[in-house]
Order: sequence, then C-alpha cells, then structure tokens
Amino acid sequence: MSTYPTTPSQTVGPYLHIGLPWPDGPFAVDEGTPGAVWIRGTVRDGAGELVADALVETWQADPDGRFDHPDDPRGARSYPGFRAFGRCPTDGEGSYGILTLKPGAVPGPDGDQAPHIDVSVFARGMLHRVVTRLYFPEEEAANAADPVLASVEDPEARATLVAGTAPDGYRFDIRLQGEGETVFFDI
Amino acid sequence: MPTTPEARTGSGLYVPQYVRDHDTHPPLDYPGYNSTALRHPKRPLTLLPHTLTEVTSPVLGHERVGELDHDLTRQHEGGEPQGQRITVHGQVRDSDGRPVPHTLVEVWQANAAGRYRHTGDNWPAPLDPYFTGVGRAMTDAEGFYRFVTVRPGAYPWKNHQNAWRPAHIHFSLFGQAFTQRLVTQMYFPDDPLFFQDPMWNSVPEEARERMVARFDYGSTEPEWALAYRWDIVLRGRGQTPFESEEEIAEDDE
Repeated sequence: MSTYPTTPSQTVGPYLHIGLPWPDGPFAVDEGTPGAVWIRGTVRDGAGELVADALVETWQADPDGRFDHPDDPRGARSYPGFRAFGRCPTDGEGSYGILTLKPGAVPGPDGDQAPHIDVSVFARGMLHRVVTRLYFPEEEAANAADPVLASVEDPEARATLVAGTAPDGYRFDIRLQGEGETVFFDI
Repeated sequence: MPTTPEARTGSGLYVPQYVRDHDTHPPLDYPGYNSTALRHPKRPLTLLPHTLTEVTSPVLGHERVGELDHDLTRQHEGGEPQGQRITVHGQVRDSDGRPVPHTLVEVWQANAAGRYRHTGDNWPAPLDPYFTGVGRAMTDAEGFYRFVTVRPGAYPWKNHQNAWRPAHIHFSLFGQAFTQRLVTQMYFPDDPLFFQDPMWNSVPEEARERMVARFDYGSTEPEWALAYRWDIVLRGRGQTPFESEEEIAEDDE
C-alpha cells in the first residue's frame, strides 16, 4: 500500500552531542512552573555499564491528557511554558533528567489509558531508536486497567515500565539489555 | 504489511494508524557492528498500537532555527571552512506521498578532512577553525529543505581491521507524529567504502540506495557550489492522499 518506500534508520553514532542536544532540551516545561517534576534515571547496557553517549527523548500529553497537535481535535488547554517534548543526552554517569508536568489520562481504543510518557533512546551501537513507556507508580488502579501494560504478560517485565518515586519527582532507569531489561515496543 | 488505516478511541476520536515498515530498517542486533552486542534488547519487542500519544509530536516552530543555521559555511567570524562547498536539498514526504511541511531537520557531520569537532574524535586529521558541522532547517510548506555545507571526509574507526566510514551527513527528523521520528545518515553516490561498512550493510539490500543522495547538476550554482539532492520518506498512514472512502471500500471487497 505504501507508494513510496521509507528511508532507513541509522545510528546517531558517537558524536551526537555536536548535533542534537538543545540548551533547553531537558525542560519539557519551564523551570519554576508549579507542579513540575523531574524524571531522572540512568541508561545501562547488557553488561550493566552506564551508557554515557545516549540521548533520551520524551513525548507526552498535558495534565488534561491532551496534545497540542492537529490530530487531537479536542485541542490543548494553555499550560504556559509546557512543550510536552523533552530531550536530554546522558552525562558521564549515564544519567539523564527531564523536567515536566505529569500527563493526564489519554483516550485509548477502549476507554482511557493510564497517564504515560513515550520515551525514545538513541545511542551509538543502536541502529534504530528503542521506544518504551513510563507509567506512574501512584496510578495503581489506572495502571491495572491500562491495555498497553496488560499486553506485557510477565509481571517482572511489566514492572520495568513503572517509574519509582524520588524526592523531586520520579526515577526511571533504562536497561537496554540483560537483567531487568526494560520492555521496548514495536511502534 | 500496513495495519488497518483507521481506528477510533472509545470516545470516538479518530486516530490514524501509521504503516509499519520493518523491512526498511536495520536490526538492533547486528554482529558486524560490534557496539550493538551489549546495546540491543534480547526480549522481543512488544507491539504498541498507535494511540493519540504515538500519532502526535511536538510542533516545533521557527524559533528553534537561527537565520544562518542552514548554512554550515557561514557560522564563524573571519573565515570559511576548507573543502568542497555543496548544497544538500530535497523533499520530506511520507510513504503516501504527502509532503511533510514545517518540520525540523537537524544535521551534523565531520569536516572536509573527516574529523568531528568532538572531544571523542582524536584521529590525526585537522580540525577546521571555521567549521562546527551542525545545521538546522525547517521544511517549507511543500516539505523542501536546503543546507549549504562542505562535503564531509571519510574517517577511520576501530570496528574491524582497517575500518573506514563512508562520507556521510547525520540527519534527524521529527515529522508530524511520534511514529515518524527518524535519525539516519545520508551518503554520497558511488562511495567505494560501502562494501566494508557495517552501518550500510546492516540495512536490507533493497533499501540501501534510499540513503544515497544523487548528484544534482541542475541545482549546481555556477561558480559557487555543487549540489546533491536527497529526498526523505517518513512513515505514512497507508492511504494515498487522493483515495476517497468509497475507493477504500472498493479495495476491501
């Protein structure tokens, strides 16, 4: 059905830092915005080593579960300083951090989906990005009813999609391979 | 095969479903590229149906792009970079043929000698004080983008004995949906280094040529710059723009 064949993915390579980070990238919402939370974590490889040359990107709904985008006909309410998109390279300790507002529940095929953030990871040694989702630990009832979480049958694997709490927000560690490997999605 | 072209939320919102194009892309586990060994998931990927989160993406405005960001030869006071001046231009479309307008295109590359301005790149080729190697542009209303730069050099790396990367420019695109996000590399025609490059070889053979720009004599600027054209195709929704609902219904019969 596709008329035009798509362009293949290639790795970001080891020098992504010269091209991709933005000074304001980690701020999906402006600093100082009431209710803003940090999502912090590490990226580790199959040997458990910290990955210091990855890039983490996040995309999410606003606190009302809406998107400022033509394909969300409900439109978005105004949240000043909220961009919904975050981008942060990992540092020398394999750590990233994104400041954002917690998203609301998002309409899904069979009722609402639990609040979630889509997360992409790019790095040298990855010929294509990997995609995962972050869910929130305090949303136990909504998480239990979420169809995407339910599609991951192994409870131990499913648990990799739920963030932990932290003093200033949430903790979401990403394991690319091996023990505690994060669930990644075919999107 | 493309999935169903249409889905709705429980509350009736239309959610387009983007085609799945696995046969285009390299695998995450590719032994020829050593660094994939510890960086690919071992568990099979879980299918994620496209919901509102996946069919939307940031609407990034022109505020992200400075006046000279598309011109990598004019980013330094006092001089121009060494090398062959070129323009790289093309159209961004989706697989249905629709232009992708007003989307951010980011590029980064090595200089003409094949060296990146990056602390991790130490091979003995010269840095160029007049070249950073980073560019940004927005596509226009018809999906066209254009950069001015110098042709990057090839460079060695340590993946295998006498390994060299073919000359390339890194591209990053957002498209209009999370599903369309693409990071890739543009190559130059007839590069003699393709045969030994695992990045090139990791892509299914029939898809490799889609990463190669073509020399575009018609767009060459006399007494100024050579030109290359590279069109980029992002995932579409599996419907041609002129396909009416009646035609779809007929297809289903």
